[in-house]
Amino acid sequence: MRWQYFCLASGAGTVSNIVQFENVGLRYGTGAETLSDLSFSLSRGAFYFLTGPSGAGKTSLLKLLYLAQRPSRGQIRMFGENLVAAPRDRLPVFRRRIGVVFQDFRLVQHLSAFDNVALPLRVAGTDEREIAAPVREMLAWVGLQDRADARPATLSGGEQQRVAIARAVIGRPDILVADEPTGNVDPEMAQRLLHLFDGLNRLGTTVVVATHDLHLLSRVGTAQMMRLDRGRLSDPTGALKYPPLNEPAGEPA
Amino acid sequence: MNNPLIASAADRRLLPEGRLAGPMPWVIAIMTFLTVLAAGAGLALGNAASGLGDQLAGKLTIQIVEPNPDFRDRQTRTVLAELSRLGPVANAARVDEGRMRELLAPWLGQDGLDADLPVPTLIDVSLRSTDPRSMEEVAMTVKAIAPTARVDAHAQWLGPVQGLLSTLRWLSVGLVALMAATMAAAVVLAARTALVTHRPTIDIMHLMGATDVQVARLFQRRAALDALFGSVLGCMCGALVIFGLGGRMANVGAALLDNGGLGWKGWVVIALLPLAAVLLSILTARMTVVRALARML
Repeated sequence: MRWQYFCLASGAGTVSNIVQFENVGLRYGTGAETLSDLSFSLSRGAFYFLTGPSGAGKTSLLKLLYLAQRPSRGQIRMFGENLVAAPRDRLPVFRRRIGVVFQDFRLVQHLSAFDNVALPLRVAGTDEREIAAPVREMLAWVGLQDRADARPATLSGGEQQRVAIARAVIGRPDILVADEPTGNVDPEMAQRLLHLFDGLNRLGTTVVVATHDLHLLSRVGTAQMMRLDRGRLSDPTGALKYPPLNEPAGEPA
Repeated sequence: MNNPLIASAADRRLLPEGRLAGPMPWVIAIMTFLTVLAAGAGLALGNAASGLGDQLAGKLTIQIVEPNPDFRDRQTRTVLAELSRLGPVANAARVDEGRMRELLAPWLGQDGLDADLPVPTLIDVSLRSTDPRSMEEVAMTVKAIAPTARVDAHAQWLGPVQGLLSTLRWLSVGLVALMAATMAAAVVLAARTALVTHRPTIDIMHLMGATDVQVARLFQRRAALDALFGSVLGCMCGALVIFGLGGRMANVGAALLDNGGLGWKGWVVIALLPLAAVLLSILTARMTVVRALARML
């Protein structure tokens, strides 16, 4: 597939921009730009799909979204703050508001599934007494209530992915960024995970899902696609750069 | 992860650690052992120098050097009488015959103090102050009565020894500082190695919003545990050696070594060294980790 698609769907509540990119470029070292001239806005409480071939800069874009990289140029505003100019000691506060599902899961290998899922809560300083119940609930939601004590090495790829997803959403993030979250699960589990993302989205979380699976796109009815190719975002209608404001929940964009 | 000093059980699981598995506790044990020996030596030398100073300060010995025994006795009595009237003199006493015999015995045997042998009379003088003018006043008084008499200040004899003790004490302080620097360098290396080993965990914690201080706290705890075990072990071994050496010094019975013990204050200092090692390790680990993390976004 030549084009990447960045799909926009409306979510619950009043829509406003939670992320804003302006002429963002990303270059690793002295190489060519991986991402060029990205200008778009993500609406609060919206649902996005990012699809396309490997090497087009999809993961790099996600890295900018979950604050693992600073852009080489341009401006990024998130949560109303210019994060390009923000000092690094301000970033942890924003990172706690972003949940990430990595393509390679990045589970902590020596921790149990329970402790992996609990990690964001512990990082955020949640009282230990208030951790067990939500973690067990989340593990049950992804169908791993019986594997709470299992180490990642003893879990299948699909189970690891579900632990990674549970870890990403346990803290009720404002933004959820997922890189191929359904790549290692069967269609039924993929459907359940998408349902989970959709549920989170309805609670106000902005969801960005990068995927190659175009079948997923049809499962979120209000999705609007946008293409990204060779590090450039295609926005022929300008809907991503200038998203409609104050759009009622549930209506098509 | 809330408490700035104490890691919770959950936090402790974040960095898998085999208890005493690495070389760090043993390196710290050796460094602490050497530090305790150097500190013990420094403290003992300090006490010896201080004791020697107390012994020598304001002490004089007057030798009435006169071949004629009658004349010598008369001069001695006059000098004692005059000294007793001098304000700066706290005490002046003739060294008795028994003590003289004792002093001469190593050279002349038990019968050395023969009436035919013109041995000078010794007078021990204690001054009320260490003011050089008091010493001069005594010397002038003595010379006026017995021009051939010699007045020796004890501090003058043993001053170089005291200087040597002082130099050795500062050398010990330098060794303790070097040992502390080496220990800190070992902790830096261990922390850097641990950072590399646990990089994936640190990266994921970082992306979840862990602050540098939160991550550093995990390493601090590990460094503190290593330092606690190593320093207590090293301190105990060092204390045993000092204790043994103290016994052997007591057996020597040399006057110079009599004041060279540690004293209770010295033992308190030695006992505090493990605590200092733990604090040094915690601070070094924290600084190393925070500085390394600052290079990440």
